[in-house]
Amino acid sequence: MSMTPTRSGPSADPARQAAPASPDRPAGPTGARAWARDLAMGLRFAVGGGREGWIRTILTAVGVGLGVALLLGAASVPELMHHRDARSTARTPLGEMSGEKVERSDSTVLIVNAGTDFRDSEISGRVVRADGGHPVLPPGLDALPGPGELVVSPALRELMDSSDGKLLKERFSQYRLTGTIGDAGLMRPNELFYYLGSDTLTKSDGAYRTGAFGYKVTEDPLDPLLVVLVVLICVVLLTPVLIFIGTAVRFGGERRDQRLAALRLVGADRRAVRRIAAGEALCGALLGLVAGAGFFLAARQLLGVVDIWQVNAFPSDMVPLPGLAALILLAVPVSSVLVTLVSLRAVAIEPLGVVRSASPRGRRLWWRLLLPVTGLLILLGQDRIGSSATSDDVHVYTIAVGATLALVGLATLLPWLVEAAVRRLRGGPVPWQLATRRLQMNSGTAARAVSGITVAVAGAVALQMLFASMHDDFNTTTDQDPHRAQLSVYSPKGSGPLAQRMIDDFRATKGVEGVIGTVSAYVVKPGKLGKGDDIRPTTELSVGTCATLRELAHVGRCEDGDTFIVHADDQEQNAWVDRTARPGKRIDLNYDSWGDSTTKGHGAHAPWTLPKSTRVVQARPDPVGDRYNGILATPGAVDVDRMADAQTRAMVQIDPGVTDAEEYVRNTAARMDPLVRVNTIRMIERDKQYASIQRGLQAGAMATMTLIAASMLVSMLEQLRERKRLLAALTAFGTRRTSMAWSVLWQTAIPVALGLALAVAGGLALGAVMCRMVNKSVTDWLVFLPLTAAGAALVALVTLLSLPPLWRMMRPDGLRTE
Amino acid sequence: MTPAGSLLSAHGLRKAYGPTTALDGAEFSIHPGEVVAVMGPSGSGKSTLLHCLAGIVRPDAGEISYNGQELTGMTDTALSALRRSEFGFVFQFGQLVPELTCVENVALPLRLNGARRKDAERTALTWLERLEVDDVRGKRPGEVSGGQGQRVAVARALATSPRVVFADEPTGALDSLNGERVMELLTDAARSANAAVVLVTHETRVAAYSDREIVVRDGRSRDMERAV
Amino acid sequence: MSIGHTLLGLLESGPRHGYDLKRAFDEKFGHDKPLHYGQVYSTMSRLLKNGLVEVDGIEAGEGPERKRYAITEAGITDVQRWLATPEKPEPYLQSTLYTKVVLALLTHRDAADILDTQRSEHLRMMRILTDRKRKGDLADQLICDHALFHLEADLRWLELTSARLGRLAKEVLPA
Repeated sequence: MSMTPTRSGPSADPARQAAPASPDRPAGPTGARAWARDLAMGLRFAVGGGREGWIRTILTAVGVGLGVALLLGAASVPELMHHRDARSTARTPLGEMSGEKVERSDSTVLIVNAGTDFRDSEISGRVVRADGGHPVLPPGLDALPGPGELVVSPALRELMDSSDGKLLKERFSQYRLTGTIGDAGLMRPNELFYYLGSDTLTKSDGAYRTGAFGYKVTEDPLDPLLVVLVVLICVVLLTPVLIFIGTAVRFGGERRDQRLAALRLVGADRRAVRRIAAGEALCGALLGLVAGAGFFLAARQLLGVVDIWQVNAFPSDMVPLPGLAALILLAVPVSSVLVTLVSLRAVAIEPLGVVRSASPRGRRLWWRLLLPVTGLLILLGQDRIGSSATSDDVHVYTIAVGATLALVGLATLLPWLVEAAVRRLRGGPVPWQLATRRLQMNSGTAARAVSGITVAVAGAVALQMLFASMHDDFNTTTDQDPHRAQLSVYSPKGSGPLAQRMIDDFRATKGVEGVIGTVSAYVVKPGKLGKGDDIRPTTELSVGTCATLRELAHVGRCEDGDTFIVHADDQEQNAWVDRTARPGKRIDLNYDSWGDSTTKGHGAHAPWTLPKSTRVVQARPDPVGDRYNGILATPGAVDVDRMADAQTRAMVQIDPGVTDAEEYVRNTAARMDPLVRVNTIRMIERDKQYASIQRGLQAGAMATMTLIAASMLVSMLEQLRERKRLLAALTAFGTRRTSMAWSVLWQTAIPVALGLALAVAGGLALGAVMCRMVNKSVTDWLVFLPLTAAGAALVALVTLLSLPPLWRMMRPDGLRTE
Repeated sequence: MTPAGSLLSAHGLRKAYGPTTALDGAEFSIHPGEVVAVMGPSGSGKSTLLHCLAGIVRPDAGEISYNGQELTGMTDTALSALRRSEFGFVFQFGQLVPELTCVENVALPLRLNGARRKDAERTALTWLERLEVDDVRGKRPGEVSGGQGQRVAVARALATSPRVVFADEPTGALDSLNGERVMELLTDAARSANAAVVLVTHETRVAAYSDREIVVRDGRSRDMERAV
Repeated sequence: MSIGHTLLGLLESGPRHGYDLKRAFDEKFGHDKPLHYGQVYSTMSRLLKNGLVEVDGIEAGEGPERKRYAITEAGITDVQRWLATPEKPEPYLQSTLYTKVVLALLTHRDAADILDTQRSEHLRMMRILTDRKRKGDLADQLICDHALFHLEADLRWLELTSARLGRLAKEVLPA
């Protein structure tokens, strides 16, 4: 952090000049004893300084406490991840991923993942069926739910019991609610999860057999790019917190300097005064640690109850790493003392007051530029990372160091920028003049407060640019057409009757306007494989009414008994279809009954002849956006019961005027079979994680800004209090309140605007360099706009909150001589 | 009841700050071009009288008439405007804006009145010259001596050509020589502009620059000219 | 300093013998210069003649004649007029001013009035001096300054005295 003195003596070093006048008393205590004595005195001043002393100490403690709480939260993230991982492992059934075969026994369980959506909530679940009398249990369950029994998480139970959850409750109404999942079986307190018992579940439903829970899914090593991102996010969010703690330690600094000057008058030497100041800072920092621990514990409990930015965790999972916690406990008080001592170096506290210089030494640019430029050069020096890069190819730490240098460098560049910019400001209306002159006198305080914003916003801009450039990877346009149908329903089990029932039931559901339903299966060309064929010619056969078929292809004239060969755009695919679909020739409806070159077929053949009259028609995109390629048949042409391993698919059109129409459809589907999947047809599929990272980033940047706003407000109030008499005098000669309000506004707005400008410039540069590094081109140069708006809001907030005290200070009481 | 020909007059002023009574039926009147000293022991209500007369503090009771207008009925905005355009102020200390240069400080009330910066600073400079402190025009208040600072403050009070200058212990922080010079310059300038000066002081040598004095004691004023 | 007014003032609090008057005077005002009894006698005769005092009674006994004097209405008015009249501003006024302040306190009059009146009188002189100083040359200025500082010193002393005696009076005199 820059520590160029903002105030210094009128000559080179007044403190040194004054030294002969205040020699250390030889008789006084020295060394450790002097330290102990003066620190104790400082502590006493901090708590015993009357109302004002208390307020200052509390402000510091709260400020430091907020920072410490955030740091403790960050230090808990590794443990949190670890615990979540353990929770996930504990309930993952062995056999799901490992693929090994589990023999049926008294303790094995058939299990399949299920789930449903309810409005905006995603509900996960599992359908289970015990093979014997002593089934293994996933964590959090006392007993496996029997057939028709339902066990839910507390949050799901709450949702079902709430007035909003009536439809959800109805969806599960055919099951008996027999229990609640314990905390051990959940990832987070608010998770919506259920176990449903079944006596009909078979492997043909997609279920598999397990003999134990507790399977560790071997995860892919973290994408190196993601590591860089995580490091950057930490830098972006934690640097402002550190800067904020540094600012909080200085709350009330000018008052304290005056008090210290009074101590000098009664004989304290310069060193003693510094030690006393250190003691005061130490007291604030220690109380801040206590407050921070309190805030952290409170926030931890809160996270156990509510979702904050979709973060929700068991309080017992939020444990700071002991090493990091110890580091925080040690570093905060030590650095508070250091910050105090360093800030005092720039001030000469003399017995008759604090010596401030009228013309502070200008800040130098070159070393301030060194940091960000070095950072950018390091990043530019990196090889481009392709999509196939492994962690070995990426110098994660070098990149992290480069990015960190660039970001922190912006914070060191800011004081120079503010000073240089403000120095050139002249004239303007009176409020503007007052504000700029004030900043010209002492821009350090403002610049320090704003530097936190700069780092946070620059980092957020860079990261968002990076995300935006990867936008296409995360957001896919689905080609789905939500105008033709809004829901697609899919069941792995397929049969003609089921499809018909589905269509009938959905049609009867409230809010449904139309249903397009088909039964599909793979069909093959029977007989010997052709020369050079490894794979037996295969195509899809879908059966549906003429109305349904019209949604899938331009079938033209159609009546029951008709069949069609559907071609799409891809000629190669069309040729492949034609190898199986030959009008007048045989086709086998049981795909499995004929083998390939390497496998043997099993099961009975189900031969069927494609009618000679079959026409070739062109496909039409269905509401989900797929173009069908294969054979279409009306129910009269083929007996769907002969189609083995068929799947049922339906697309449902709902009436947008009926609220919760989607939920009624889901309820109908659930009544048919809990394993039926209902998906919403959307234009754009947005990657959920991408969205949450972007949201988290913005939320973090906003939180940082709020923190900075708090410290700006405190220093503004402090400054107003110090100028009580001046404000009263200005009132006396008729200064308008609005003039003073504007000057307060400008005084906040100018540094924030400069900080944001620097942040945007720096963030865009860093973002561009990082996009180049990951071989993406910048797609969105305007990601900074919402953050700039937030900056403006912050300025308005600080000004607004400063106004009541400003009005109070402008009362003529300030003129009364004591 | 306004004494004939008076510019600013007050009748039956009462003002209490909580339980302490600062003014208890005070009277006052001043004519154009007149310098009136307000004297009295500490805590007698001198400054409160000045604040009431200047429209900075509203009295609990009583009337204040300036140039035929009743001050007590005016809105805060109107009072502020009056103070900006018709009144000037000099206080003991803490009145100059530390960030502004001396010439900018003097120009400040002119600019608050809507003058353009260049014009305001030109006028300000002539006042600095009259008060013999034009050499510190570019300096900030922290860089000039107490006497110079107070002259700058007087220049600022006079720059708007006010009709009444309110001076509250204007020499309180100065040595004799500087104090007398400030008083000479203040009263000369005010008399030549036919401005009235309300001068609160506890020093008789400062009060000797006045035309007459009133004494405030226990919140009541006593016009010594009429008493004798 | 007017001995007659002082003795009159002392009588205001009640009739006294001539000898008592001398003792009271010496005690309060005659620190280094006690009053001769003859002076008391001659002064009282003059006051009697002017009708400002009257003989309240004569006590027979050993020693000198013991007449008891009492103040008349005219006497009280005379004291009042004297106290209200400021002294001409000139150096070394303190004994007279002091006497006036003490008498005012003894007779339950407001010492602040004496102060204000006297200050007003001093200010009148100081304004003249200040004016002469502003118009005069350096010699004038120096001479005027000397006079101004002395006048100011007198006033300040008077202010301090009245403040101190006022406090004293509260402690000493019955309310």
